[in-house]
This record gives sequence, structure tokens and C-alpha cells, in this order.
Amino acid sequence: MVRVNILLLAVLVLCALSLVTSRHQARKLFVELEREQANARGFETEFGQLQLEQSTWAMPVRVEKIAREQLRMQLPGPGRIEIVSAGASR
Amino acid sequence: MKGMSVTLKPAAPAPALPRFRAHFVFGGLLLLFTALVVRSLYLQWIDNEFLQGQGFSRYSRAIELPAHRGRIVDRSGEPLAISTPVKSIWAFPGQVEATPGQLARLAQVLETTPQALAKKLGDGSDFVFLAKQIPPEVADRVAALKIKGVHDQNEYRRFYPAGETMSHILGFTGDHDIGQEGIELTQQEWLGGKPGSRRVIINRRGEVVEDVEAIRAPQAGRDLALAIDTRLQYLAFRELKAAVEANRAKAGGLVILDVQSGEILALANWPTYNPNSRNRVAREKMRNRALTDVFEPGSTMKPFTIASALDSGQIRPDTVIQTAPGTLTLGPNTIHDAHPNGALTVEQVIQKSSNVGAAKIALSLPPATLWQTLSDAGFGTAPNIGFPGEVAGRLRPAKTWKPIEQATMAYGHGISVNLVQLARAYTVFASDGELKPASLLKGGGPVAGRAVVRPETAIAVRRMLELAVLPGGTAPKAQVPGYRVAGKTGTAHKLEGRGYTNKYVSSFVGFAPASHPRLIVAVMIDEPSAGAYFGGEVAAPVFSSVMGSALRMLGASPDAPQDNMILPPEGSQIHEET
Repeated sequence: MVRVNILLLAVLVLCALSLVTSRHQARKLFVELEREQANARGFETEFGQLQLEQSTWAMPVRVEKIAREQLRMQLPGPGRIEIVSAGASR
Repeated sequence: MKGMSVTLKPAAPAPALPRFRAHFVFGGLLLLFTALVVRSLYLQWIDNEFLQGQGFSRYSRAIELPAHRGRIVDRSGEPLAISTPVKSIWAFPGQVEATPGQLARLAQVLETTPQALAKKLGDGSDFVFLAKQIPPEVADRVAALKIKGVHDQNEYRRFYPAGETMSHILGFTGDHDIGQEGIELTQQEWLGGKPGSRRVIINRRGEVVEDVEAIRAPQAGRDLALAIDTRLQYLAFRELKAAVEANRAKAGGLVILDVQSGEILALANWPTYNPNSRNRVAREKMRNRALTDVFEPGSTMKPFTIASALDSGQIRPDTVIQTAPGTLTLGPNTIHDAHPNGALTVEQVIQKSSNVGAAKIALSLPPATLWQTLSDAGFGTAPNIGFPGEVAGRLRPAKTWKPIEQATMAYGHGISVNLVQLARAYTVFASDGELKPASLLKGGGPVAGRAVVRPETAIAVRRMLELAVLPGGTAPKAQVPGYRVAGKTGTAHKLEGRGYTNKYVSSFVGFAPASHPRLIVAVMIDEPSAGAYFGGEVAAPVFSSVMGSALRMLGASPDAPQDNMILPPEGSQIHEET
């Protein structure tokens, strides 16, 4: 009888300890999850900012200004356009 | 120790306390103890709400989960409006405890002077914003200074990379990122996110250690794709701006419409504003004139009169109308052609834009027939494209028409439209007689329209509109190299107060390539005052450059040789009616 009791006590203590560890483990993992989620939000924000930056750089106003002023490009006049029709045999 | 005697008395027996006193004290203590036990039992099991709540609040927090507002993108996915998190720094001036050194550092981080900062903190108000909507990194540096009484809060700020070129369509958001104007307002439901919240357990240091429950899941706003093509929009804006400035006009508008899908590919207005910094912008500049303002269209209305008559079998394209002597008198009123023409075919009435011819044709129709065609073409009803403040324009019921009104309506007076409505109406001629629904949102390709006139009628009018841009017509300047173009000029006196003034609205609406129409471009210039005011002089060149570049950008195959432009000899006059 006593033996059984001792055994049960030991099992109980073990169970209690494992509960404590798993609980601790869970909290630690949760903190980690939390941190990763914060990271994800941060990246999302950064992505938005980068998109914004990209589209600001790529706005036609700016592209055209650079093409005209820095690269000295211009639209070809009607006389300098040759239309090649697809499927036309030469 | 003389005279002193010490007597040791035997200890007197302790006076016996009456037993009842002991019982009384014991009973009293027992009673108090019982009271304590009862109270604690009561608090534990019966009235436990308050204490549990108090305990709970020591370690659990409901935290707000922010939800992003959806982006607005153009038809190819280019972002046009993006919300990014920012922070605002605020303070209770009375609670701020900062050393001069700290203040100087704060001023440095916020890019201001310590004097300005001290002034803000010392102006006697309870609450001040020290900096609004600054990048989160800067706010973190402020927080690192750990000044007592200085706090920050999370906000969103919306950025519009396209700036002034697209501000009228997009509109803007106000506080808390809620739409206030334009698409931002009408699509608030779709774009707006719903912030969520959840309950968590925090530890001593305020870190979240456990998720208890989600009270409300955050719902991010959805992205919205517009029909707008950023490149075409910029092109439209640039050309419109140049034209308004060159003609010293008051305002202007330009719409590009896709014939097959009815999508609005570009919608530009002048004057405009920059939505990213709109402090002190006049309301006036914020108006999307192409949708919220009406004007009398003038001759751009003639093709609808002709179409109505052709469709009812009243006339044929080669029917001859006598327009000599260039006037038509109806009761007390007289309609004039500024350049009298003599006998014209119906085709020539459009080509030369004869008011008398159009009026005679209109008068040969029953009012109800003409009204039906105009109404079917979308006049008098708002285009309903999901924009705040769209106007319907004015088309009075046919029963109330007097003959003179029926006659003036034939050439676009006594009727009012907005520019989008006018552009959309031309889908009738660009397609084979169908009115396509216009849309600001990206659609899934060609849409079915509603038949307004028979296909033969639409084709016949299209031919007439092609003649109008050739030499001999009113708008040779609308021609585009490499493409066949069809269109109609409009020059209308402005109605102010009780009568017509010598101010004008010049317009041009047309489509190309005429062999297989793809785009409709409508241009409207309000009060050109640099000399020229005819639609063929002011609006047609804008049409030509926008249409030419747009077709090239979209890769439409040319349906005419590159040297197709036949301009009338220099100095020859373009005869156009007003």
C-alpha cells in the first residue's frame, strides 16, 4: 500500500514538474511568435514604403524629365517612323 | 536602614476574573473571526466579480491591432495611394519635465529650434502636438530621450505618388485615414480596414507572455484597382495643362475612354492640387470638373441630332438641306450661321457644322423622338460611375420644348452635360450604335452596351465625323499621323446669369482609329482668352497630341500611312459655328 502511494506521489510530482516546464516552454515560444509577428508587421510596413518609393521614382513626370533633359531623348517625327506589319512577306 | 522596615507580604491571590468576561471576549473574537470568514467566503464565491476584475486588470490587457487601409492601384498595378504607419508626438505641457539639454536634443531630432519647441510648450494649452505624422524611426529616437510628459501615438498616413496629376480622381483621406473626397470617399467601405483587438497576459516588464483570446480579428482593407492607366493619365494631364496655359483659360478637362470596355483610362482636370500637401488649397481647385460641372456642349451635340433623324428614317446621309441665307427665324428668335453655306448634304452639315442645317433637321423630328435619342445616349442622367457629386446635366422633358428650344438643342444649347457624359455618349458612334457604361474601376474587358441607334446609323455618322477632321471640316488640327480620326468640335457661348456672354467653352470629342475605334478622347477648355476660341483651334490640337501618343503607347496598329495629315494651306480660315 505504502509503495503504491509513494509511486503515485512520484508520478504526481513528475506530472506537476512537466506541467511547469511545458507552461514555461509555451510562454517562451509565444514571446518568440510575438517577436516574429512584430517583425512581419515591420516588413510589411517597409514593403509599403519601398513600393511608394519605387513608384515615386518611376512616375512618368520624372522619367520624362530625365529622358528629355539629361539623356536628350525626343519622340521621333512622323517621317522617322517605319511601320512593319506583321505577317507581311518581303 | 533605620526606621525602615521591610515587610514581605505574601502575594495576594489573583483576583478571580469573573468567568463571563472570558467567555465574552472569546465569544467576541469568535464572532469577529466568523465575520471575517463569512466575508471572505462571500467575496470568494458570491460577490467575486469586482475583485476578479481588479486582479485581471493587473496582468491582462486588451491591445489594439491596427488594420491597414487598402491600396489604390492603377490598371497595371502601379500604386496610386498607399498608407504607411507614422507617429505623432504630443505632450501635456504641464507635465513635461525636461532639462534644457533634453529639450535641445528633442528639437534636434524633430528638426526644429529649441525656441519654437519652448513656445509650443509654453502657450498655455493643455495638449499640444509637437510633431505630426513623422516617420516611426524618428519617433523612436524621441522615445529614447525618455522625456517625462512627452508621448507618441500610432497613426497612418496616406501617400499619393502621382501627386497633382491624379488628385481629382483619387481624392484624399482625413484623420484616422478615412476617405473624404473622390474614390477614397466612395470606396471607403472597400478600402477601409477594421481594427481588431485581443486580450493578452503581460509580465512585470510589460511584455506579452500569453494570448488569451481574440476579441475581434483585425480586418485589413482591400486593394482597389482603377481603370486609370498612369501613363495615359500623365500624358492627358501634361497636354491639358499646356493647352490651358497656352490659351490662358480658366479651366480645362480631358477624358480618355476605352471604347470596348467603357473604362475611363484617364481623367485630367486643371486647375489641380497636390494631395500630399494640401494645406490651404482652395475648394475650387479640388473639384473634379469633368464630373461635377456641367457646360453647354455646343456643336458636339449635332451628331446626336443627325443620328436621331437618320435612325427614324427622316433623312439620309445625302439628303440636301437648304441652309441659305444662313439664318433661320423662329418667332422672335433667329438662328445664325456665322459663315452662310447654301445647300448642304446632311454629311456636310456635320462637316461644316451648320447650325441652321442642324436646327432644320431637328425641327423635322417629333420632340419625343429627339428626346429619346438624347436620353438613351445618357444625357440628363448622371453617368453613375461611383464618384461623389456626379451631376446629371439638364435635358428637359420633350413636352415642355418650344420650337426654338428644339432648334437650339440640335446644336447643343439649352442642354447641359458634363465631360464624362459627353465622352461616354460618343461610344454610340465609336461602337456600332451602343452606349457603353463608363467605369472608373478596372473591369474584365469588353462590356455589352445598350443599343441607342441602328448600326447603319452609327456607321454613317462615324463617316461624317471623319469628314469633319479633314480639310474642309472644322477640325483639321485634330488629325493624327498614322491613324484615321473621327470627331466633332464644339464652341459654345457661356451662359451667365440671364444670357449668353462672349466667353466660350471650346471642346472636341473624337475617337480613333476610325476603322476600328479603340479610344475616345474628350477635351474641354473653359474660357480660352488668348485670342483663339474655336474648338477646332483650341481643343482639337490637344486631342491630336493626346490621341496620337495614347495610340502609340497602347500599340494600336495604324490604319493610315504616316504622312496622312493633310493640313489646309496656312492662313486659310476655318469656318466654324459658335
